[in-house]
Amino acid sequence: MNRPAPLIAIEHVAKSHDGGRTFALRDVTLHVEAGTFLAMVGASGAGKTTLMKCINRLVEPDSGSVHVDGKPVSKLDAPTLRRSIGYVFQGIGLFPHMSVAENIGITPQLLGWSPPDIMARTRELLDLVELPQSYSTRIPAALSGGQQQRVAVARAIAARPRIVLMDEPFGALDPLTRDTIGTAYRALHERLALTTVMVTHDMQDAILLADRITVMSAGHIVANDTPISLMGSIAAADTPPEVAALLAMPKRRAERISAIMTRDTEATGRSHE
Amino acid sequence: MNERIANALEVLPDYLSRHVLLCATALAFGIFTALPLAVFAARAPRLRAIALTMASVVQTIPGLALLALFYPLLLGISVLTNSMFGFSLPALGFLPTVLALTLYALLPILRNALAGLAGINPAIIEAADAVGMTPRQRLWRVEVPLAAPVAMAGIRTAAVWTIGAATLSTSVGQTSLGNYIFSGLQTENWVFVLFGCAAAAALALLVDQLLGLIEAGAIHRSHKRIALGFAVLALGTGLALVPLSGGTPSYRIGAKNFSEQFILAELMTQQLEAQGATTQRQEGLGSAIAFRALANSDIDVYVDYSGTLWTNVMDRRDVPPRGTMIEEITRHLAERHGVVVLGSLGFENAYALAMRRGRARELGINTIEDLARHASRLTFGTDLEFLSRPEWAALRQAYGLEFAIQRSFSPTFMYRAIEDGSVDVITAFSSDGRIAAQDLVVLADPKSAIPSYDALVLISPKRAKDTRLAGALVPLIGKISVERMREANLMVDRDIDKKSPKEAAQFLAKSLGLSGN
Repeated sequence: MNRPAPLIAIEHVAKSHDGGRTFALRDVTLHVEAGTFLAMVGASGAGKTTLMKCINRLVEPDSGSVHVDGKPVSKLDAPTLRRSIGYVFQGIGLFPHMSVAENIGITPQLLGWSPPDIMARTRELLDLVELPQSYSTRIPAALSGGQQQRVAVARAIAARPRIVLMDEPFGALDPLTRDTIGTAYRALHERLALTTVMVTHDMQDAILLADRITVMSAGHIVANDTPISLMGSIAAADTPPEVAALLAMPKRRAERISAIMTRDTEATGRSHE
Repeated sequence: MNERIANALEVLPDYLSRHVLLCATALAFGIFTALPLAVFAARAPRLRAIALTMASVVQTIPGLALLALFYPLLLGISVLTNSMFGFSLPALGFLPTVLALTLYALLPILRNALAGLAGINPAIIEAADAVGMTPRQRLWRVEVPLAAPVAMAGIRTAAVWTIGAATLSTSVGQTSLGNYIFSGLQTENWVFVLFGCAAAAALALLVDQLLGLIEAGAIHRSHKRIALGFAVLALGTGLALVPLSGGTPSYRIGAKNFSEQFILAELMTQQLEAQGATTQRQEGLGSAIAFRALANSDIDVYVDYSGTLWTNVMDRRDVPPRGTMIEEITRHLAERHGVVVLGSLGFENAYALAMRRGRARELGINTIEDLARHASRLTFGTDLEFLSRPEWAALRQAYGLEFAIQRSFSPTFMYRAIEDGSVDVITAFSSDGRIAAQDLVVLADPKSAIPSYDALVLISPKRAKDTRLAGALVPLIGKISVERMREANLMVDRDIDKKSPKEAAQFLAKSLGLSGN
């Protein structure tokens, strides 16, 4: 198969935070094709966030290389690189002293867009993330968690990046909001033809939203495939047990929920008799 | 009472102006040093530790000592710049005070700015990086606004400290609201002391409130409040500085820290102002600082005493006759320091031994020689330093004085002790008004063991050839008798019907037939 060059190419990357005693990443290679929604899963400390931060140089690898769109990121000016890549934070990370509009418009402003352009783009984005225009002058603290995360998404895509990185974007939200925003973001990903890398430790999110799932463990990638293939491999003999356990979890929970619902339905049915 | 308040109000514009200028300058220096330092230190843990430790050490030095330490330091630097670049720095007054106050202001600003920067959620800092801010953009757009409220609290603390500590600047010759306190303490004018304290406290409260407004503005992101706070501060500072805009005073008159010096400085001021000259007073100078200030032309004129110059400046231990001593002093000061001795005012303020008139008559004591014969049965009351001074060594050697008991007192209590008879002999200053008031007799010194302490008018090198200055002060030379001076000193020192140094100076001038007052 003659595949196009990957938009993000991570090759043999290693990273230690303590001068080589322990490694957050060990010889990791990962390619992300343009248009892919990739979810990185794994236990805490598996190296997911570190790996993702290598893409926009929030983390500098000790060895190996990272290419974005064919160019080695280590040769690019870090602020310039980051302005071309959207980023949604764990714990939201909005600037508390700036209004919603200022938060959304920050990267365009850093890129030197004209104020009318920034204003028009902010308006467009508020519509896109389904927030009322009247919110533009509010400060983040005056918004609910879900609304704040919508603003964070708008900020990430404000300067029309091709790539969006998301670090546990929905972790702080209640389940209902999390579902709504996750679905809404997936729609945006399609509509804007984005390439998304999302770190999560929620397998359900990964399965429901992503095209590919990368499973990490102790600084290694232990699996990297589509959700369907991965789910199918749970019982396979060559699947590492920690991967199998991780993958089996949503399925097991879904089965337990359906079991409870069946029992409840029966119980309610009887009480009406 | 009302008159004293009126006296206090009269000098308020000048004192307040200088106080405000001093504090505003020191705070501005402090802010512009501490904030950048905090930004650097926040990124370098080692620098942070060093900076905080040094600022804390400075804070432990008593304010007065810190001010005093800058004096020799600046004097040294001044000698250096003079030899290298041909200009000298003023070692007294504004410069050392501003430097000391700036150092004092550093710690609270530095500590709070560092706390403010450290308190920013790391996720916000990472967000700033991730949206593509350069380190400089991150500093100005994110870190500075987020650390501002905490940093402002530090600036408020620094402002209050600075305004309070600036009152100490009087002792190194910088006029401030502290002049009320220092001169009030010396002349026991409690109205002045209270007035100075109240004025400094009111100023500190006002500035604190305005900075608080800016702080609240920074917290609530209210540009209106921030702007209002800055505007009122700027306006207030501007208004306070108006009295200073009338040009620099032409003559700076120094005074040490006791009543007689305040009176003489007033007298010289009145003489100069009668000639149409403008003047400025630098009062409350330490004894050691005063001469150096004059030699450095930081002050233009003051009165010092021949014995003090002889031992402290010339480092001599012998005791020549009065005329020879003044001649040698005049020659030495001119040759070594370029200082002009205009002449003696006519009285002496020497150490003297004094007894109650009745007691002296009863024992038949007129001179120290007579005293020596009775000393073994008498109690000697001294001030706190006399027994360690060369005068005491000279007296003992010349007359073989051995007292039964020796007791040391602060001056006020020493005079009380002779009054109630608990001591028989005291060390008095010969021009002290209390000698007359308590009917004491000063014992003669036939062997001239105690050096003479003639009051000499000294003029700085810069003003050495100033005929207006000399012309205004020459009429005082040789005119003030010790009785007159005692009378004037007593007016200020006494508890009942207390006068200000200014009134005492007017009394002196009138009794000399000098001015139309």
